[in-house]
Amino acid sequence: MNSATQTPALAVRDLHAWYGESHVLQGVDFDVQHGEVVTLLGRNGAGRTTTLRALLGLTGRRSGSIRLFGQPAIGLSTHRIARLGVGYCPEERGIFASLNCEENLLLPPLFKGTEAGLSLDEIYRLFPNLEERKHSPGTALSGGEQQMLALARILRTGARLLLLDEVSEGLAPVIVDTLGQAIQELRRRGYTILLVEQNFHFSAALSDRLLFMESGRIIDTLTPDQLNDNADKVARMLSV
Amino acid sequence: MTSPRYDSVRLLCYGFLLLALVAAPWMGLYPVLGTKILCYALFACAFHLLLGYTGLASLGHAAFLGVGGYVAGYGIKAWSLAPELALLAGLSVGALMGLVMGYVSIRRSGIYFTMITLALAQLVYFLCVQIPQTGGEDGLQGIDRGMLFGFINLHNDRVMYYTTLTIGVAAFLFIARVVRSPFGQALTAIKDNEPRAVSLGYHPDRYKLLVFTLSAALTGLAGALKAIGLGFVTLSDVHWMTSGHALLMTLVGGLGTLSGPVVGAVVLVTLENKIGELGALLASVTGIGWFATLGESVMMIMGIVFVICVLAFRRGIMGELDALRRRVRTPTPAPEPQS
Amino acid sequence: MDIFGMPVQALLAQLMIGLVNGCFYAVLSLGLAVIFGMLHVINFTHGAMFMLGALLSWAGLYYFELNYWVMLFLAPLVVGAFGIVLERLFLKRIYKLDYLYGLLLTLGLTLIIEGAVRSAYGVSGKPYGPAPISGVTDLGFLMIPNYRLWVIVASLLVCAATWYTIERTRLGAYLRAATENARLVEAFGINVPVLVSLTFGFGVALAAFAGVLAAPIMQVSALTGQTMIVIVFAVVVIGGMGSIAGTVVTGIGLGLVEALTKVYYPEASSMVMFLVMVLVLLVRPNGLFGGVE
Repeated sequence: MNSATQTPALAVRDLHAWYGESHVLQGVDFDVQHGEVVTLLGRNGAGRTTTLRALLGLTGRRSGSIRLFGQPAIGLSTHRIARLGVGYCPEERGIFASLNCEENLLLPPLFKGTEAGLSLDEIYRLFPNLEERKHSPGTALSGGEQQMLALARILRTGARLLLLDEVSEGLAPVIVDTLGQAIQELRRRGYTILLVEQNFHFSAALSDRLLFMESGRIIDTLTPDQLNDNADKVARMLSV
Repeated sequence: MTSPRYDSVRLLCYGFLLLALVAAPWMGLYPVLGTKILCYALFACAFHLLLGYTGLASLGHAAFLGVGGYVAGYGIKAWSLAPELALLAGLSVGALMGLVMGYVSIRRSGIYFTMITLALAQLVYFLCVQIPQTGGEDGLQGIDRGMLFGFINLHNDRVMYYTTLTIGVAAFLFIARVVRSPFGQALTAIKDNEPRAVSLGYHPDRYKLLVFTLSAALTGLAGALKAIGLGFVTLSDVHWMTSGHALLMTLVGGLGTLSGPVVGAVVLVTLENKIGELGALLASVTGIGWFATLGESVMMIMGIVFVICVLAFRRGIMGELDALRRRVRTPTPAPEPQS
Repeated sequence: MDIFGMPVQALLAQLMIGLVNGCFYAVLSLGLAVIFGMLHVINFTHGAMFMLGALLSWAGLYYFELNYWVMLFLAPLVVGAFGIVLERLFLKRIYKLDYLYGLLLTLGLTLIIEGAVRSAYGVSGKPYGPAPISGVTDLGFLMIPNYRLWVIVASLLVCAATWYTIERTRLGAYLRAATENARLVEAFGINVPVLVSLTFGFGVALAAFAGVLAAPIMQVSALTGQTMIVIVFAVVVIGGMGSIAGTVVTGIGLGLVEALTKVYYPEASSMVMFLVMVLVLLVRPNGLFGGVE
């Protein structure tokens, strides 16, 4: 891990991405260091979700440079990018209706050549609900359980960089707390995490850095302690 | 998009196409082959009325073509029906079948619609195999052309050709009229966004059924015309491969263009008729004997044309010409559709 | 003893034949449904692949003296590999386009395959010779040729194995998940394009397997597939493509209905399944087993 700490886990340079004819990302630059938790903030349509999707090659055409754990990734196909050690938890959660809870959990294959991920026991300790519901069909789970499942299933694979899109969206405060604690725990275990969040307070408590996006670019970077001094600016960057 | 100049260019194209069709028998085109081409052109236009303006791809249109032909042919042979009445009979039976088959098949959309129309056409095919009126494997042969309205002698090949051309042009103008009418605009609205059309108060199923029936009626007319013009109807007219033919003509000519099916029919029917000669020519030029058998491989050639069109030539002949003209007229290239 | 004026023996014998045909319909529509779920393409070549399976089993015997059992294994493998080549060369180029192009492309490929076979072997069927399993079994009320029994058992086993693979194994979980959301499955590190190729190969291999089974009892010719594919379409319209069991039951059921019609009103036997389809569409537009569209 020591040699790896010199290169960032994720380095993005001048990333452009298109959906069909619309040019959504217009030159995104940022790094995420090993073990760091970074949040992308911004208004709707600023390009946060697109950034996550572009990292995995899920958008249309892309240009620029993406390095994952030092390896160039922009030319790779989606499944190869994932196998460099990326776990993706999409905004719509993506729980498969035709699979039961445990099948969903066991679906992502274990990566070769990365460190081992969490064991099934560890995952069930982190999210006890999932063990109780393991035979339920994926879509019979509550919103909170689905979100836990979407997060839990990428922890087994050996992914070291987690891309989490709107984890807290539309959930009861109790569940948001549980998820917050889980992410803290993952951080302690050395996972590198890139969050996209609407819930500013949720992410501020978890993150090392906050990146602000607007019109497909990163326009500012703050640490959580700088937030109070910059309250006006933050409000401007996030308000509609 | 519909600038006056654009439309005048288009009119000029149509005028040219019509002139070519009028002059063709005097330029060496064998009039019976010309009649066949025109019948298939009408068939393809009718087929395209459904596909191009509702997005519904039917593989059942052979049933309308074949039965339209059988009814006209049987009427002439058994009851000595006048040709105009035989044509009317073909048109009516096509409409009736279209109404029934449409009622069943528009309950599903997309690929299911296609499979259902295919299965229904197969039902009609087996029915035609069974009943004696169709002549079974032999089909109906030697159908007399007769005298149209009692004084136009269709026995003359050129008269037959021009009669077919007149009916074809009338049908084409009718289709063009339908497409531009409020009815056609409603169809386009439904095709583009069905839920929105519903919320605007349209009943998509009624529109689809009506256009299906119109398309089937015109196909029945094409079948009757073909039966009279060529003098025979066989089971291959009702076989689903014939529906595939219409699909291929539309594709080659250009999906979504009014004149595409006509051009597609001209190209494909000519190709089919000349493929034997072409093969013999290629065999003699290249010395490869296999080419001489090309005439027997029409099916394979059709398949190859299909594959090439889908992979490399999706806009078809008229679509490509349109795109070319747009590129010439505007400096910025238009975006590729769908790819 | 008679049932509606038909001796029970004759009725049961016809039902037996219906069951065998139903098994072919079931295996074919199963493959079609598996391919559709993954590729969203209705594979028009399916009938041609059935025909190729039968033709290969004949050709194996005729040219290489490979017996039935070898070809039962080898023909699906060869056809499956052929399918994968077609998928890699052609089909993969049209996934992002309208469904129409998948239909047109596979229709074109069907014409090429059938045209090629026709120009090589003509349209008449190839007699396979004696069935590889001879003899009859006396069930007391009915004598059944052993080969037909084998066809039924083998078809049902293949359907059951397919069901097990899809519903109970890891590979099947990939398949089900990719059917729902292929991009996300790919984002988990699964090579979806390979999965798609394998699915297509497997689906057409099923068709070829049915073809080998059919070779000794059906006169398979270049154009057999054309009739078969339309019947299979009717099966999936009636049964829907969402449920494996539903597809299999529909296939077998239609085989039986066809046989019964052959007994009581033979003129309609080739049409009856399409009439059933019309009835089902009028009553339950989304098919008997589900509303997946």
